[in-house]
Amino acid sequence: MSKTKYSALKVLKEALTGHKGWEPAWRDAEPKADGYDVIIVGGGGHGLATAYYLAENHGITNVAVLEKGWIGGGNVGRNTTIIRSNYLLPGNEPFYEMSMQLWENLEQDLNYNAMVSQRGIMNLIHSDAQHDAFMRRGNAMLFADAGCEYLNKKEVKERYPFLDMDNARFPIQGALAQPRGGTVRHDAVAWGYARAASDLGVDIIQNCEVTGFNIENGKCLGVQTTKGDIKAGRVGVCVAGSSSRVMAKAGINLPIESHVLQAFVTEGLKPVLDNVITFGAGHFYCSQSDKGGLVFGGDIDAYNTYAQRGNLPIVEDVCSGGMAIMPMVGRVRLLRMWGGIMDMSMDGSPFIDKTDIQELFFNGGWCYGGFKATPASGYCYAHLLATDEPHEVATAYRLDRFRRGEMIDEKGVGAQPNLH
Amino acid sequence: MSQINRIDGGLIDQTKSVSFTFNGQILRGYEGDTLASALLANNKHLVGRSFKYHRPRGIVTAGSEEPNAIMEIGRGAYKEPNTRATITQLYNGLEANSQNHRGPLGFDFMAITDFFSPFLSAGFYYKTFMWPKAFWEKVYEPAIRHSAGLGKLSMLEDPDTYDKGFRYCDILVIGAGATGLSAALTAAESGARVILADEDFVMGGRLNSETNEINGIAGSEWAKQAVTKLAAMDNVTLMADTTIFGAYDHGIYGAIENRADEARADSSKPRQVNWRIYTKRTILCAGATERAIAFGNNDRPGIMMASAVRTYLNRFAVATGQRVSVYTNNDDGWQTAKDLTDKGVKVVAVIDSRSIDPVMSIEGAEIFMSTDVTDTKGRRVIKSIMLSNGKTIPTDTLAVSGGWNPNLHLTCHHRGIPKWNEELVTFLPDSSVPVGMSVAGRAKGTMVLSDAIVEGHNEGNVVAADLGFKTSDSKPATTASVAYNVTAKWGVPSGKNRAWVDYQNDVTAKDIKLANQEGFKSVEHVKRYTTLGMATDQGKTANVLAIGIMADNMDQTIEETGTTIFRPPYNPVAMGAFAGRRRGMEFYPTRYTPTHKWSEEQNAIFVEVGMWYRSQWFPQPGETFWRDSVDREVRQTRESVGICDVTTLGKIDLKGTDVSEFLNRLYVNAFAKVPVGKTRYGLMLREDGIAMDDGTTARLSENHFVMTTTTANAVNVYRHMQFCHQCLWPDLDVHMISVTEQYAQYAVAGPNSRKLLQKIVDPEHDISNEAFPYMGAGEISICDGIPARLFRISFSGELAFEIAVPTRYGDSLIRVLMEAGEEFNAIPYGTEALGAMRIEKGHAAGPELNGQTSAYDLGMGGMVSGKKDFIGYTLGLREGMQRDDRMQMVGFKPVNKSALLDAGHSMAGAHLVNLRDKPDTFTDQGWISSSIYSPIFGHYIGLGYIKGGHSRKGETVRAVDLVRGQDIEVEICSPHFYDPQGECLRV
Amino acid sequence: MIINHPLLGPRDSEEFVYLGSADLINRPTNWESEEAAEDFYQYLYIRENIAGDNRELWYHEQGDQSWLVVTRCTLTHEIKSVELAQDVSRAQGRSK
Repeated sequence: MSKTKYSALKVLKEALTGHKGWEPAWRDAEPKADGYDVIIVGGGGHGLATAYYLAENHGITNVAVLEKGWIGGGNVGRNTTIIRSNYLLPGNEPFYEMSMQLWENLEQDLNYNAMVSQRGIMNLIHSDAQHDAFMRRGNAMLFADAGCEYLNKKEVKERYPFLDMDNARFPIQGALAQPRGGTVRHDAVAWGYARAASDLGVDIIQNCEVTGFNIENGKCLGVQTTKGDIKAGRVGVCVAGSSSRVMAKAGINLPIESHVLQAFVTEGLKPVLDNVITFGAGHFYCSQSDKGGLVFGGDIDAYNTYAQRGNLPIVEDVCSGGMAIMPMVGRVRLLRMWGGIMDMSMDGSPFIDKTDIQELFFNGGWCYGGFKATPASGYCYAHLLATDEPHEVATAYRLDRFRRGEMIDEKGVGAQPNLH
Repeated sequence: MSQINRIDGGLIDQTKSVSFTFNGQILRGYEGDTLASALLANNKHLVGRSFKYHRPRGIVTAGSEEPNAIMEIGRGAYKEPNTRATITQLYNGLEANSQNHRGPLGFDFMAITDFFSPFLSAGFYYKTFMWPKAFWEKVYEPAIRHSAGLGKLSMLEDPDTYDKGFRYCDILVIGAGATGLSAALTAAESGARVILADEDFVMGGRLNSETNEINGIAGSEWAKQAVTKLAAMDNVTLMADTTIFGAYDHGIYGAIENRADEARADSSKPRQVNWRIYTKRTILCAGATERAIAFGNNDRPGIMMASAVRTYLNRFAVATGQRVSVYTNNDDGWQTAKDLTDKGVKVVAVIDSRSIDPVMSIEGAEIFMSTDVTDTKGRRVIKSIMLSNGKTIPTDTLAVSGGWNPNLHLTCHHRGIPKWNEELVTFLPDSSVPVGMSVAGRAKGTMVLSDAIVEGHNEGNVVAADLGFKTSDSKPATTASVAYNVTAKWGVPSGKNRAWVDYQNDVTAKDIKLANQEGFKSVEHVKRYTTLGMATDQGKTANVLAIGIMADNMDQTIEETGTTIFRPPYNPVAMGAFAGRRRGMEFYPTRYTPTHKWSEEQNAIFVEVGMWYRSQWFPQPGETFWRDSVDREVRQTRESVGICDVTTLGKIDLKGTDVSEFLNRLYVNAFAKVPVGKTRYGLMLREDGIAMDDGTTARLSENHFVMTTTTANAVNVYRHMQFCHQCLWPDLDVHMISVTEQYAQYAVAGPNSRKLLQKIVDPEHDISNEAFPYMGAGEISICDGIPARLFRISFSGELAFEIAVPTRYGDSLIRVLMEAGEEFNAIPYGTEALGAMRIEKGHAAGPELNGQTSAYDLGMGGMVSGKKDFIGYTLGLREGMQRDDRMQMVGFKPVNKSALLDAGHSMAGAHLVNLRDKPDTFTDQGWISSSIYSPIFGHYIGLGYIKGGHSRKGETVRAVDLVRGQDIEVEICSPHFYDPQGECLRV
Repeated sequence: MIINHPLLGPRDSEEFVYLGSADLINRPTNWESEEAAEDFYQYLYIRENIAGDNRELWYHEQGDQSWLVVTRCTLTHEIKSVELAQDVSRAQGRSK
């Protein structure tokens, strides 16, 4: 492939010659008449990452990514950009830790600056019970080599003097931090994977909605789309947010409900907050983007919806959380709020698995945690699609785990998706 | 040199001078001014710096769409960054400071970035800063962060208060311009309850900025009379200075009312009120916003929207320049030239991009048709413009009009997508507006004022009639019909110069072109790649212009190009306003127990549990360390008697003939045959077979039971029981109510507990071991007839009772108990001692009932009945729920009894590994969930989970705590450390 | 959102707690049969998750503590009907 390498030197050269040499970041392809070895349904972060790793790790390049709208238009384009690997359960922690390691090398792998910023993430502790629970979590993280640091009250105060330590409904006792956590420029993840995958020969086909699956004798032979039927040796669905709707076209109902998670960003400010703060007791988490806006979120709206918009009670609840913990933000204005549809699964953990239909695979159920999983999800999904075997860090993400009673329930709230 | 640009007239009060400062300089304006109009009156054109290139910037608009004139207002904790000068009402003492520059505003050191702009093209950062790897966090990102951002936050707690309010109406009219006032008048005359809201502090909309006559009087005067008339009507609520920021489901609208004036005068008053308006119907009359044209160097101070020049002239009596030029692609731009000339301000040129005849004659001005502005000169304020015909025209204000965009934002809040209209060269609301909303006037694309008034008038009637009100028979106001013709003009070729599209975020036509060239073709891609429309103005002036430029670049129609959609909020909203009073201690409600006052008198230390504040321990004189108190409380309770307030446990009263059957289906163990006067322990599962809660249920009479739940699950369990009853078994004769707050309940525990209670229980109630054995329950009376309930249950493992009285006796009861207990050295104990004793006794609590464990895991498999259906039975039988190597609850004690004694912390949170394993995820055997120092045993003990634990008792493993650097050997043992046979309970 | 409670009239949805699909009313009764494991699995875990009119359970926690079956469109949030869950349960043949 002829792709120009991105570098400071190239930027310099283009600047002096009127930026005429920049090519499209990815090829806008149309479906091939004789189909593909693998079709990925869904041009979000996970779908594009899967295509990239299929090509890069497994040499499978006759691959198409089909996207209903424009790539990166789903939850990868609409989230609070946090990456972390501070999970508790053995079914999850190695997977998210692998994702973190992939993030750490992403820019060099893709030759695209997605601004992976390991600025650290800090979970505040407010009670003795929470303290014990966070010790358990911290040890799970250290057992997995994910790194973590316990900060006592004094250390938290020294680092973040603006936090309401004492006159608060939930006074701060300390914090569990993961220094390797942080944020990533979310849109750039989609673009970077698209560019790298396209470079390796993957066809990225936008404005191509999958309207059905061609299934014969229990085997998937391809997909029906708004651009006609496309044959495929194997189809990997990867459309979190729309999973139930798409899989219903193959006659499959899932252990998933759709809910909206709202997220918020304020007007730009000079640097205020240099890491990610999570205030679990108050349902609030926050970071500051490189452009200066405070980016924050909280709970999902509790009801099922596909409407990509939320309602006021959660807006007020989340802002209250912000004011409770950082009372100096009262005069900061909320600039944009948006809602993304989450695949809320029955135990809060995702799926990367085969289905009962041969050659039809499924990746979804990421709840509100899909962004940080993007690289590992693509990596493991590609592994499964290429080898028929789950990757060793993703063996727990099976669709039949509820039938077997092997839930991966980090929060311990059971089969009620809106509580995860 | 005061207010050199001020002329006579306007809607301000030129007899009332107001003093303010800008960057420290004392200036004057008048009552009725905005900060922007007062700055312009003082000839302050340069008011800020742009986000990326730090270009000098001036005031562009006269409304909330302002991209440039954003400032820090106020000082100290009152400082408010990013505040739009164009909507800030001027007040005495206002302090304004420009932001986003290093050094003085006129000599911003960061302006150097402007010279490097060729290197800083759209998306440049995605292509570089990748080497060396570690430099992103350490070097590049901090540099970017410090040069980015806008205003500075004070970092001090917001000293102002914010309120929330709720209002209800039949018809909400948004926007009090000519259309909105007309709609509100007919709607109100129909008898409907009407709310009329407008973001401006003076109602009237553009009528206050224009010279149109309505009904033969000045438009602004007509508006004032209309407002007066509406204000006199009982069924009308007027909300000026109130922005409707969002349209939510089912006729709910979010509104922010600005009350800064009141708050400044009286600090106890809220600065803003966050209103939730519930309405049956809404008429959106939000008017329109003028957009710019992208030509070379179109961002210099002094280049303003044509309509803003008129607003400053007509409403605020400010002539922004002495030699004004107008550049337009539509008829409305000419009105600016006419109004200026009429007020004696020199207009030097009118430039119209269209190939038509001049719209009107402008005295003394050169008229250029089929002509564009290609470039401008002037650093801190515009000095001249260059035209496409080669002419250069010296000018000190350039009024630009690229046409008008309806303010249809709220129509999109339910994800409606606007429709392109070729004739009006703009997007119009589609039919997919939020349910109950209709649109009238310029917001709908009705650009001619006389038509808009009629439309508003009629819409008020139509909506009222729809709701069943009689229609008003008044006539719409009349005004001359003035045509609005427009021809698309997006960008002007600007050669090497940059033509700004988004002023604040410094997005130029070239950036959009580069994005398109790199394959970013969807509007959303362009927006995200270039940051277009993401500044504090949300692209109100930029978005449509950008879409026009994209369409030109890609040689496609605007319809093919598409649009981004608008989301709430319409204007940015202070976070404080959303939080309202929910801050500090008021963030969540606080619940106090019946002994709270008494406990305060005992200097108890409190801990928050759920929403409750409970006594954690009761320090005695001489006790300096928390464990001094807790250890004493445990010992004294176990030796004699202690009293603990357990009111916070959930209490549910159940009556009915089917209650025992109902309980039998809720609990894993049999409940069908609990005798009257007995209490039974029960474990409740979720439907997935995981333990949900445990507690006791007492049968007080044949059809009357009272259940306790854990504190944490009180609400969930009650909800679950209502679900089971109403949804699953609606005909079971069961009636239940939560009585958690109706009863004060105290544990009286210890060998002397019976003796103590016998002193206060009325003599007719025999509570001897024979008459009232372990797990007994009964309704009794105490202290001469006070009704009470007594349960012989024990969490501590001692002979113990729980006694409940109606809450109003709770305070008295603790005092009576303590007095009666004096002879036994009775002490109160708090949640720490409670926790210590329950761990000694091996009772699972919150850390064990963590939503991941089954009855079997808890060691309660033996309790599970196989003879009945109950919630969680079937799914609890799944193979994964029955595996032998599941995490099972057991006890742990350190092999070395002095382990951790000096560490200052317990074993809780440590993970377990086999003796010779290296700790990692794959060798991880489990964890310690609860651990305390046991004053009875003199060493730490713990409860926890380990793989296959039930069959590993006696085995030694390591409790590894990498967080705190501990690694100790522990023995797996029974969780029942204290009195495993339960002999103490039965004495 | 506003839920038009059949007994109490229109109430803000903030007074309610949401559970999920109204299919949760249809708890299998065949706990002793061979199919029980599969039926309970389907009942508790598998959702149609419909994009359209969804029948769902809301609990009036800050009110009269009634469980309601709300038929609401998940695309538009429009509420088509609100019924008392116990009436629905009985109508579906459930009793004791």
